[in-house]
Amino acid sequence: MRMLNWLPEDVSTYGKEVDSLFYLIYYITGIVFLLVTVAMIVFLIKYRYQEGRRAIYTHGSTTLEIIWTAIPAIILILLAFKSQAAWSHIKMNIPPGEVQIRVLAKQFNWDITYPGPDGKFGTEDDLPRPGDPAILDEIHVPVNKVVRVELVGKDVIHSFFLPHLRLKQDVLPGRTILAWFQATKPGRYPLPCAELCGIGHSGMLGSLIVHTPEEYAAWVKEKWPSTEKAQ
Amino acid sequence: MSESRAAKGTHEVHEAHAHPGFVRTYIFSTDHKMIGRQFLFMGLFMLIIGGLMAMLIRWELAFPEKPLPIIGASKEFIDTGEPKTSMDQTWAEWLSKPESEQNWLTKNMPMGAITAPLYNSLFTMHATLMIFFVVMPIMVGGFGNFLIPLTIGARDMAFPTLNMLSFWVGLLSGIIMLASLFVPGGPAAAGWTSYAPLTAKVEYTGVNWGQNLWCISLIVMGISSLMGSINYITTIINMRAPGMTFFRMPLITWSLFITAILLLLALPVLTSALAMLLFDRMLGTHFFLPEGGGEPILWQHLFWFFGHPEVYILVLPAMGVTSEVLSVFSRKPIFGYRGMVFAMTAIAFLSWVVWGHHMFVSGMNPLIGATFMMTTMVIAVPSAIKTFNWLGTLWGGSIRFTTPMLFGLAFVSNFVIGGLSGIFMASTPVDIFIHDTYYIVAHFHYVVAGIIFAIFAAITYWFPKMFGRMMNETLGKIHAILTFIFFNATFFPMHILGVGGHMRRIFNPMQYEFLHPLQPINVFISISAFCLGAVQLIFLFNFIWSLFAGKRADRNPWHANTLEWTTPSPPPHGNFDKIPTVYRGPYEYSSPEVAEDWLPQDRRLETTTAKGAH
Ligand code: HEM
Ligand SMILES: [Cu+2]
Ligand SMILES: [Cu+2]
Repeated sequence: MRMLNWLPEDVSTYGKEVDSLFYLIYYITGIVFLLVTVAMIVFLIKYRYQEGRRAIYTHGSTTLEIIWTAIPAIILILLAFKSQAAWSHIKMNIPPGEVQIRVLAKQFNWDITYPGPDGKFGTEDDLPRPGDPAILDEIHVPVNKVVRVELVGKDVIHSFFLPHLRLKQDVLPGRTILAWFQATKPGRYPLPCAELCGIGHSGMLGSLIVHTPEEYAAWVKEKWPSTEKAQ
Repeated sequence: MSESRAAKGTHEVHEAHAHPGFVRTYIFSTDHKMIGRQFLFMGLFMLIIGGLMAMLIRWELAFPEKPLPIIGASKEFIDTGEPKTSMDQTWAEWLSKPESEQNWLTKNMPMGAITAPLYNSLFTMHATLMIFFVVMPIMVGGFGNFLIPLTIGARDMAFPTLNMLSFWVGLLSGIIMLASLFVPGGPAAAGWTSYAPLTAKVEYTGVNWGQNLWCISLIVMGISSLMGSINYITTIINMRAPGMTFFRMPLITWSLFITAILLLLALPVLTSALAMLLFDRMLGTHFFLPEGGGEPILWQHLFWFFGHPEVYILVLPAMGVTSEVLSVFSRKPIFGYRGMVFAMTAIAFLSWVVWGHHMFVSGMNPLIGATFMMTTMVIAVPSAIKTFNWLGTLWGGSIRFTTPMLFGLAFVSNFVIGGLSGIFMASTPVDIFIHDTYYIVAHFHYVVAGIIFAIFAAITYWFPKMFGRMMNETLGKIHAILTFIFFNATFFPMHILGVGGHMRRIFNPMQYEFLHPLQPINVFISISAFCLGAVQLIFLFNFIWSLFAGKRADRNPWHANTLEWTTPSPPPHGNFDKIPTVYRGPYEYSSPEVAEDWLPQDRRLETTTAKGAH
């Protein structure tokens, strides 16, 4: 019954909230669709033109109209309230984050900055170090940690899309927008751009690499060999 | 101006000019019916072009970067450089010419394969043409013009010359839009939504005059629809026949009235935004460019403040048409006539406060997103009312499955799918995932491309009145059923693509490994789309053949009640033999008062008076 196997695997903590709302709406609309379609087909067959039968002469029924205005209105408003909880969790209350990254979106790459062990941007231990080539299109994060992403735009609007983490956020030039996620499963996940951004929009693609704690420690060690304790 | 005086005034004027010459009759006509037909033909022509563009888009998505059939070069030629077919020869010849002598094809699709810039232009122009030059001209320009005076019992529009100008200005804007296909740098390529800052600077897209002309064309189009909408509103308020109260107007007329008001208020917002965009592009202002202190999402606010009412401008007349045909062919009064009018009015008001649902993840404050979610959920209610009332109209009817009825029913069932899929997007958390994916493409095609069904319903229903001949019913039914099947085969699977994470506006899905498993769906969709395109030839044939050789239509071939059917087919200049007096609402089908199952709005019943006297 679930067309939902089509959803990409969910590997984020709040993915379940998104998906469960999706399923909920899927079942509600599925039922309404079936009811309406069945009613329509039955009416079309039962009330098809037949010699000698005359259509019922009626202009409607106020009671019925009130009922079928009120029921959808109630369902929809409840749905809005239910959605609001997940929305405020995902978008409105951005947690501080155990790991920080900054992503600069530009035609047609994701340009990544890591704050280094001090967790602050604009300090000496940032990666890439001054003079190093930019780090493009690859984000390394540990599993099960809250990652806070600073999204910075340069030229046009891009959209930071992690389908497996149920995260999408447009990136605006000249602004910093905050987003967050917490991955629950190690692996390599695609990071396409979801907003048309010019000739190279198609193919503007990065990856999110979610490491196990050990792998991540090794990665940190490789990048910041001088420090013992990375976050 | 009082109603009766207006009616009398036009009456006299038209008697005096009974026989204008050829040019005044067919070209610079001020007759609302001819202007309506002109808009219809313009829209149908653009439908062919916009439809062919859709076929190219679908080719690219199913067979990314492969040369097109027939005009494309062969694989051997591309691999080895050895021309095999005569088309290879042609390509070799074209491509060997110096840069300055390259033609449109070699620049945009070398070897016959669609390039990324061309692809972006294709979906941009496809949508622009479909929305502004197909649905609006046909529904609002075409049927609006044709039907408003006829259904309210007037001899013409309030301002016939303005009406004529509205068509010619509209045509000019269409010509500018088509011309933009051929300027250096190519046509607009930033989507029909033309988001700034992408569009605000030439370097960002590489498109220069194409985007400028896009803006100019739509500004001109705005002028055209402004003239049209003023005319419609004035005509409906002032020129209704005696007895035609507002609540005796057919729902199609109501829908056009409300649409005209929305047009009058929404289009100027687009025009201002377009002017600002042009200034940014050409005069160095920075309305939308952050480096000069501009606001990158201002464009989106302006665009969608226009854009959401625009969606209803497109769909309300379609709902009106559907209400007409459902009632006529169920031989029943429309269920809840007043409810239908109130629902449309509610939609018109609410459509101004939902624009933010296009911007949930745009970087707009998420708190405002919560507000827009609420208004969006609420606007779904009047749409639900309309659907249930249509079902109520079918209930207990005596249903005739004519071609217009089949299209009307198809519109309803597609609208149900489009309306229900919209609820997913209204829920902000779900929209985070499906925004800008193919789910959206599926949703809006069920709604806006679904309007095509209402257009076909309208054409097949009013064809006898417009052209004085009947269309062929057998061909019509075959066309209706095949279109319905292939439409659903084309657009339904797009939901699945979107749920799988397939972004919209991407040139080559194969660039994304996670989309590879979905590629067979893309192929299936494209093949269905080609079939959908092909079956339109049936309609084209039926339309043209019937124009010249269809069976002559009498005044009222469908036994309908509304006033247009009391006029000759096609109605002469001045429409009515005598301005009708209206005695009742438009949907008195199967009334117990008469033996037949219809009761025209202008028929005077002796029995009612007699009954009243007793
Ligand atoms: C022959 C039937 C049609 C087919 C096969 C078709 C197909 C498509 C495709 C493949 C896209 C590109 C989607 C993307 O990659 O984002 C598209 C975009 C679009 N189409 Fe259609 N379409 C059809 C008819 C229509 C009609 C009748 C309308 C409107 C009345 C319409 C309105 C749009 C709009 C608004 C877009 C969005 C373009 C954008 O992203 O800027 N289409 N269509
Ligand atoms: Cu992009
Ligand atoms: Cu909208």
